[in-house]
Amino acid sequence: MSWNRYFHRRRWDQERSRELEAYVQIETDENVARGMSPQAAHAAALRKLGNPTSIREEIYHMNSLGLMETLWQDLRYALRLLRLNPGFTLVAIASLALGIGANAAMFQLLDAIGLRALPVRDPSALAIVKIQERHNGCCTFNTRYSDLTTTLWEHLRDRQQAFSGLAVWGGYQFNLTYGGELRMARTLMVNGDFFPVLGVAPAAGRLLTAADDQRGCAVPHAVISHEFWQGRFGGQPDAVGKTLMLEGHKFEIVGIASREFSGLEVGRGFDVAIPTCAEPLVQGAYSVIDKPWGWWLAMTGRLKPGWTVAKASAHLGAISDGLFADTLPSRFDPSMAKAYRAYRLIALPGSQGYSDLRTDFAPALRILLAITGLVLLIACANLANLMLARASARSREFAIRLAVGASRGRLIRQLLAESLLLSLAGAAAGAGVASVLNSQLLTFLNTRQGTAYLDLTPDWRILGFTAGVAVLTSLFFGLAPALRATRTSPGAVMKASSRGLTAGPERFGLRRLLVVTQVALSLVLLVGALLFVRSFRNLLSIDTADVDFSRLKLSAAATYQFDQELLRRLQEIPGVVSAAHIDIVPLSGSTWAQPVTIDNQKTGAIKLAHISPGYFKTMRTAVVAGRDFNDRDTFAAPWVAIVNQSFARKYMGGDAAGKTFTMPRGEKEVVTQYHVVGVVGDSKYNSIRETVGPAAYLATAQEPEPDAYLPVVVHTALAPAAVIPALKRTIGEINPDVGYEFHIFRDEVRDTLQREHLMATLSGFFGVLAALLATIGLYGVMSYTVARRKNEIGIRLALGAARGDVIGMVLREAALLLGVGLAAGTLLALAAAQGADALLFGLKPRDPLTFAFSIGLLAAVAIAASWLPAMRAANLDPTSALREE
Amino acid sequence: MLQGTLDLLILRTLCAGPAHGHTIAHAIERGSEDVLQVEHGSLYPALHRLEDREWITSFWGTSDNNRKARYYRLTKAGREQLTEQTDRWEELVQAIGRILKPAAQ
Repeated sequence: MSWNRYFHRRRWDQERSRELEAYVQIETDENVARGMSPQAAHAAALRKLGNPTSIREEIYHMNSLGLMETLWQDLRYALRLLRLNPGFTLVAIASLALGIGANAAMFQLLDAIGLRALPVRDPSALAIVKIQERHNGCCTFNTRYSDLTTTLWEHLRDRQQAFSGLAVWGGYQFNLTYGGELRMARTLMVNGDFFPVLGVAPAAGRLLTAADDQRGCAVPHAVISHEFWQGRFGGQPDAVGKTLMLEGHKFEIVGIASREFSGLEVGRGFDVAIPTCAEPLVQGAYSVIDKPWGWWLAMTGRLKPGWTVAKASAHLGAISDGLFADTLPSRFDPSMAKAYRAYRLIALPGSQGYSDLRTDFAPALRILLAITGLVLLIACANLANLMLARASARSREFAIRLAVGASRGRLIRQLLAESLLLSLAGAAAGAGVASVLNSQLLTFLNTRQGTAYLDLTPDWRILGFTAGVAVLTSLFFGLAPALRATRTSPGAVMKASSRGLTAGPERFGLRRLLVVTQVALSLVLLVGALLFVRSFRNLLSIDTADVDFSRLKLSAAATYQFDQELLRRLQEIPGVVSAAHIDIVPLSGSTWAQPVTIDNQKTGAIKLAHISPGYFKTMRTAVVAGRDFNDRDTFAAPWVAIVNQSFARKYMGGDAAGKTFTMPRGEKEVVTQYHVVGVVGDSKYNSIRETVGPAAYLATAQEPEPDAYLPVVVHTALAPAAVIPALKRTIGEINPDVGYEFHIFRDEVRDTLQREHLMATLSGFFGVLAALLATIGLYGVMSYTVARRKNEIGIRLALGAARGDVIGMVLREAALLLGVGLAAGTLLALAAAQGADALLFGLKPRDPLTFAFSIGLLAAVAIAASWLPAMRAANLDPTSALREE
Repeated sequence: MLQGTLDLLILRTLCAGPAHGHTIAHAIERGSEDVLQVEHGSLYPALHRLEDREWITSFWGTSDNNRKARYYRLTKAGREQLTEQTDRWEELVQAIGRILKPAAQ
């Protein structure tokens, strides 16, 4: 067969027609010559030739490409059929799209957060250096990843043999403005080797090198991220060479990092990278670069050839003893020194960077992936059901087509074409669903620390995989019944399908099984959805103050006066109920915890904070015994403290007022005795999910050195946004050089609950979806039952059955399916709920109310859906139902 | 008729010179003394196939009774094919003959 013939097969066909005509003419001529009449001669010639159409067809087929040729026909025919059944088509495509889309989106997110390698040179050779296990026994770590002090870094650099280079960094937020509202830049303080070791390329200019990171750098150089360049400089090429102010200090921009590089912290991004030598400049009085107790650096190393992460880890462990012994800060007391020397360094695989998103969200995303997996299963079951129903409804059509001469192969090809079309449409819609879901998901990951920055370009492998699963489902369930139908003789099928009660009972059994599965799975999802939604509501119902503004940045001098005047004038603003200081804002993520001594007994770590008088009133925390701080609690007065009820109960036998504890205080760690003057109600300190522990509050006015970054909390009677302009004005009037930023407390708290919010929203969405799919499935099966039993129901009605009996009969059947499904689903959900335990707040995973409500809801919706076919059955006109056969 | 034998018969008929479908059909019938009844229609797909394999070529000509008809002519490859297939056919006939009448040997 030649392509030439294929493309000219129409011309060839004409050629053959003419040839056949020629034959008939010649034969007719001869017949006439033999003495036949012209008509008889022509007829005899045709008889002699045989069927010219079938001859032409045979030749035409010889010229065609077989499959490809008929495939096009099949697809066109399938398209026409699908257009004729818009309901079926829509439900099938929607099931596919949701199943495929949800899975692809979820997997992509998981992949971007947890599985993808950093966009740097040879990421597999990177290893993260960490302290094996941090604990409260020693040291205050500045950030989540800061496992090294400057001293430790320098000693480590000189002693280690595992790495060819060390990239050291600390992630901070620095102010870009001077005075007025703060604008924070996500800043990486990096060593000179950082960019060379990682192998990041500049998008413009150059990146920082060892020459930029020399101690005491006066006008340090800075590199900005591609994102910051686009946002702040509009992508203008002259950004390189400009200066940038960070905390009031000048930095010269020497280059822009490549577009792909967004720091080592997955999903968080950065704005500016400055050398570590600039730390004393930007941190000012808070500089830790020369402090042996300043834990501010994270480290990623590039392994030397031949070194593995495990080998490097062993090497770090081996040198840890000497390293920590030689760097021990002299001011540590024996117990802290012991804890310090017990630390060990390890190496972890560094190819994927650092991620709190990973640790925070991975369990949630894994559950969501499981949920979407179930959604895919339900969607497939739904699809299977639809395809089965359709195939069995068409068995008669298949029989007729077989009887008039269609080949089995051709019929199967036809069905394949339909499945293929459905799947393609479903996959395309699924890709759309995935991209919409992804952009929604990203907004859930944003926090006040910055926009999540993840590469979520569609992953065709994932889309392909999920689409493949769905396609196989549609093929299998579309084909299996058709194969069976085409195997039996057409006559038998025709006979069977006209007698409502005898056609393939086992095929129908499969459909019932599918519906039961759907009901069971969707119950699992509904229970999950309700658990997460209720857990989220529990968290949100916690009462919180209205607004706080933090990080007032002022000159060290005159801060007391400023503080006093600020609080006084703030409280005069209309709409402000009260205002107070606290150095560790609750739920902000910062923690100050250390043991105290009571009756010569050292306690566990106590949560601590400095506050001003009126703080408890502002936060609406009840003072249950004793008094609040007041103006007489000054530096000159005896040291006072207020403890919470947990503290009083655990360490002071319930009645704490008047008792004392001691604690080292200030830079010099002077052991100081504190008198407890009051007891307040328990409140959350670190996170809304925590169980409240012992806490003690000290007075800001008794601190010898006022904090230049002291935050203020304000309780407003009006909406916070309405009060903020007045707050700004007041601060500006007192001192225009003061910088500040506002946070609405309620929004902050919501930010910390993004994971719960994500779980509640998505699981709720999928739960409802699953219930909907299961309901559609049940409706489909019940409609089908009624249609099949039309004959029987007609006879029953004709013999005098009441309509109520018929409705009851149909509903009983639906209830049976539902009951079995719900029972199986309850068992499954009981088993599965345990996995969600860690993510729930304020309720048990096997919460009976949740289960009862889910079961009730699903049952109600499903029975409502079966009501329609039941009514249809009851309203059958017996005579027409019987005549139809 | 045996599968493939029609091709051989057509090639053999065309060995005598170019002919059109009608002539070929009648030639086969006459040549076999009416033992082989060819359905004349089935000749045409066979002709098509042979042409496809380039064993014969075709051209439009005028028949004896002045009708336009499509004539077929044997190509060089077709002639070789005819020899080869004839040999194989004779071998086959002898082989079958030996099995059917062993006593005759």
